[in-house]
This record gives sequence, structure tokens and C-alpha cells, in this order.
Amino acid sequence: MRPFTVVSGVALPFYQANVDTDAIIPSRAIREVSKQGLGRFLFANLRYLPGDEIVHPDFVLNRPEYAEACILIGGSNFGCGSSREHAVWALADYGFRAIIAPGFGAIFFRNCINNGLLPAQVTEAQAQELAEGARKEPIKYQLTVNLKTQEIALPSKKVIPFSIDADAQQQLLRGADPIDMTLETVGEDILAFEQKDRKNRPWLHSNPE
Amino acid sequence: MSATLFAKLWSAHRIASADEKSDFLYIDRIFLHERMGPVALQSLREKGRAIRNPTQVFATIDHIVDTRPGRPNGTRTLGGEKFIDALRESVEQTGIHLYDLDDTRQGIVHLVAAEQGIAHPGLTLVCPDSHTSTLGALGALAWGVGSSDAEHVLSTRVLKVRKPDSMRVSFDGRTAEGVTAKDVVLYMIGSFGASGGKGYAVEFAGEAVQGMGMPERFTLCNMAVEFAAFCGLVSVDETTLDYVGQNRPFTPSEVDFGHWSTDSEAVFDREETLSVRNLTPMVTWGTSPEHALGIQEVIPAVADCRNTSLAQRAMDYMAVRPKQAMQDLRIDAAFLVSCTNTRLEDLRKAAHLLKGRRVNKNIQAVCVPGSTQTRLQAEEEGLDQIFRSAGFEWHEAGCGMCFYAGGDTLAAGSRAISSSNRNFEGRQGPGVRTHLASPLTVAASAVTGRITDPREFL
Ligand code: SF4
Repeated sequence: MRPFTVVSGVALPFYQANVDTDAIIPSRAIREVSKQGLGRFLFANLRYLPGDEIVHPDFVLNRPEYAEACILIGGSNFGCGSSREHAVWALADYGFRAIIAPGFGAIFFRNCINNGLLPAQVTEAQAQELAEGARKEPIKYQLTVNLKTQEIALPSKKVIPFSIDADAQQQLLRGADPIDMTLETVGEDILAFEQKDRKNRPWLHSNPE
Repeated sequence: MSATLFAKLWSAHRIASADEKSDFLYIDRIFLHERMGPVALQSLREKGRAIRNPTQVFATIDHIVDTRPGRPNGTRTLGGEKFIDALRESVEQTGIHLYDLDDTRQGIVHLVAAEQGIAHPGLTLVCPDSHTSTLGALGALAWGVGSSDAEHVLSTRVLKVRKPDSMRVSFDGRTAEGVTAKDVVLYMIGSFGASGGKGYAVEFAGEAVQGMGMPERFTLCNMAVEFAAFCGLVSVDETTLDYVGQNRPFTPSEVDFGHWSTDSEAVFDREETLSVRNLTPMVTWGTSPEHALGIQEVIPAVADCRNTSLAQRAMDYMAVRPKQAMQDLRIDAAFLVSCTNTRLEDLRKAAHLLKGRRVNKNIQAVCVPGSTQTRLQAEEEGLDQIFRSAGFEWHEAGCGMCFYAGGDTLAAGSRAISSSNRNFEGRQGPGVRTHLASPLTVAASAVTGRITDPREFL
């Protein structure tokens, strides 16, 4: 996984409440048992006319000014709905590195961390301000997201802080594989728990069939 | 020391702290399905990682499989066979349990997990499906995870989890006849909003819950996710123990589960109470489960809604307007589907209403039992005959039209009433308008061809 330190770039304003995972990538676009190549179907229902071939010229993602966008400004409860991790794979595959929003669906949040995509939480007013800026002067409005300092620098030099759990921050900064990281930190604790648990709950460590 | 059920479950599985907000929890069991399981299994294989304990890993085929009688197309989802084949192949290599399509134990994961006793009180269980919360009704800590976290659990049997706060919602009073758990939970989400439970493990309690059987409790916990809760829970009582004790293969019979309940002195981070004594059947008018109202009511003014821009968009999508009476809305389809409301008891209720009646001739009416076991039991009781002669299609088990799968289709602009859990834009197909309601309301509406209060028929 690519470590996340500082990311600068164009921000895509997508400030809507309750954008669910089905809007981020519809089920019909999931045709392969794979995490790759999903960027083409990001926001497919909004981005294309029926048939997934002809782009919808008005949809914000299709506008040339946002072609290079790598930061998305979302609304509250972004990524709510199903556990579909393809939503995160599609965002990452398209080229997004950070989502800034006033809140995230809980499973979506975890999925972001597991894939090196930064879910940065700001207040509703801050998200609104950022979305406004990105809408008004798209190309000039470049943001710089610094994960270490937990700050977003605006073109005006103004700085907006964001919050993220300490552990999630560490995981993103290191870009380490989460499974390796877990085994490294609590591998022994797992063994100890299982050893005790085998006596307490034998049925969970054998096959009843 | 007094503790909540949630605190007991958490501390029994906590193996280490991750940071001040998160802990590593031991995960007892994991359930996979063909839509999300294969990627996780494949990714493990690619990295040369083994499953830590395959005997505690379960899988079934439910999400994209055709539910029409005989499953004529296998799956109609584009590329869907690849998912089914990949799951079967991984199962063969790893030795995890699979309830395949020819197995009488096959069905929607959350029904199968309960029927087979894979979920029982005191366990932690995850599944790459958000409605895993359903199983909290058994006094288990059960929640939905993404594919990477599923991979993580398969490989390590632990998960790093941010600890939610605890919340109890008590429902005072008993519900009237014709008013069910589905109405209760829609009422709750309507009252506190679709993010009302965000950041909480929500326990359901009170007289109404005590009076509910397990099927209704599953419905409550199923919709906890639509309330944005981390999970739903119900304390173990006689009703739970009765259910758990019914010879379920993966539940040990010699263990006493009685202590998996909230102690009387325990304190929650948040307490809410709702009276359901005068509750009527509920139905949704918009595209969020919080857009719920009493079936006799009229659609509110946009200004009176919680989120006005969302409400306006919802009214446009649903083609409804303020002051319109719910019961004036004509429908094109009626679906008894999904892990929310397709248990045997749900089908019995709907069948009771449908007996001797006919579905309106303009309506496509479909009943998809949630599990093969449910279907077989229903057939033994002759319920399939009642549904069929009323004009309902009788399908095989699966998720079906809950999320625009299973082989059924509806044209854009169609209006459906559905016993499922999500009414998001496009959930049942592009442009399809979904109204959520109880199985009774779905059955009553199928008969009249418009949204209908089932109490007219009881
Ligand atoms: S029935 Fe619907 S909500 Fe339930 S598991 Fe299947 S797709 Fe998910």
C-alpha cells in the first residue's frame, strides 16, 4: 500500500449528504472477481447515460477542469449503505487519494483506511466552504492535505484542521499491510487468547459437524 | 459490577488496545457470500496466506443468484457466474463450510446464520454485508465489514474496531394488531433520523421488544444499520433461549447463555424511549428510511423535513408531493423480500391476509422466502399455495429484488412496495421507486393495487 504523507491537487466538489456506495459504484459494474480496474465505473449512474458508454457532460466528474482531481469534497454520511468495498477501490483506482467530508459511513471509513485512501473529517461548515471554493475556481483551487499535521492548506494560505483516529493515521502514514501490522503488534496476544479460549469455549476451536 | 450486554460482549473478546478509541477484538465466526467472499479469499491466496481456522468460516450463495423457480439463469447479474464459480473453487481449496444452491440450508446469510446456530449468544461474528447486525437479536456482537477486513479476520481472527458508545432504545407499550416490528423500527428511524444511531451499539428493549418473538427481533436489529448504528442488540431472555435451544448444529447445547443480557443497574451512554402503544402501520414516502410516516398520513411539506434539500430530491425521484395521502399512491409491484422480513412468521402473516383474496391484476407480486429451509417449511404448511392462488410468484431463496438482483426487473418509474430495508434511489433498479413497509402492508397493498393499511383486512 502506498503510504500517505502529503497530497496536493485539484479538489472535486461533490457536496451532497448520504452518497451511498451504490451511487459510488453500482452493482452492475462489478463484473470481475477483482479489486482492479473499477475507476471506469466510479459514479457510473451519474457519469454516463444509460449504457455506460456516453458520458454525461454536466456531471461534475466529466468537466475538464476537474480531470486531475485527486481530492473529493463530500457531504455528511459519505459512503453510507452497503459494505461494498468496490466503492473505495473505484475511488482509488480513479486516482482519488483523500475524501474530505463532515462524516463517513462506518464500514466505508474502515475500507478507506485499508486501501490507503484518507477519509478526513471536517465540520459541515468547513466542508461547505471547501466545496464552494472548488466549485468557484476549480483549477486554481488546489488543496494540500497533510496527514501528519492533520491539516488542509487552502490556496488562500488558510489552514483547516481535520480529525482522524490515531491508529488509522498511523496505518495510512506507514502504508503497511494491515494484516502484517496486526500480526506484528498483537500476534502474541492472539495466541494467548486462543490458548485460554480453547478451554473456555472448546466448540469454537473444533468442528461440530 | 453492572454491565450492558454490549460491554460484556466487548470485554469478553477484547485482546489488546489499538489506540485510545479502538481495540483489537477476537472474531469467533465469519460468514461469506458469493458477492463479497471471493475477492477476499482470492486476495489471501495471492499473498500466500492461510485461513486461521476454516471450521469457523461459513459461506452461502444468496446475493446475485436467480431466485425464479428453477433458477433458470443461474444468475442474471453480468459476470455473476464468475463470482459463484470463484466461491466454489475457494471453498474446495480451503475447506470452509458452504451452503450451495442444492443444499437445503442455503439462503440469505443472516437467516442461515441464525437457523444453523452459527450465530448464538455471546459470539462475535462478522460478514461482508452491512445487515449482519440482524444477528445481534441473539445477543451476539455481529456487524458488517468490508472485504479487506474480512480478509483480515480470515487470516488473523482479530479485527481492530473503534469502540462505539452504547445506546438503549426502549419501546413502551404493546403494538396493536396489524402493527409489527417493521413499523416500530421505521417509526424509530423516522423519529431520530437515518443517522440517529451513528456511533452507537444500539440495544432494543422495553415491553414491546419483550413481547416480540425472535423473527421480529431480527427485523429490528436488521434495520439498526439503516439507523447508522454500529450494530443492533437484544438482551437474552426466555424467548432467545427457546430459539437457541432448538437443536441448532453450530450452537453447543450444554452451554448456559443466560448471562448475555444487560444488568438491571447498567448505565448506557444514551437512553431513548418511544411509546408504540398508538402506533399505526408505517410506510416510507422518500429515498431514505427516515422518510417514514403513518400509513394514514399525508406526505409532509419539504420545509418540515429533517434535511430539506434531500427531501426535495426525494420527492422528485419518488414523484410524490406534499399533502398527498400515502394511501392514494398506486403501485406496480409488491415484493416480499430480504433479510428484513422473509422469515416463516412473516410469510405466515402475509399468507393469512392473502387467503381467499386476489392480487390486483395490474400488479407484479413476488414472494422470495429468505432461506430454503423457510421455503420448505412454508410449503409444508401450504403457504405457497395461498401465495400462488392469490397471484403471487413463489420463488427460491435469495436476496432477489432487495437490491435489483435475482432475475426480476422493473421498468424505470415503476412504484414498488417492498418488505426490504433500503429505499435508496435505484436500489430496486434504475428509476424504480421503493416504498418500505411490513409484510402485512405489502400483502394488503398487493390486493388493492395501492398503498393500503393492512388493518382493513384483519
Ligand atoms: S436481502 Fe438485501 S439487505 Fe439482506 S443481505 Fe441480501 S442484499 Fe443485503
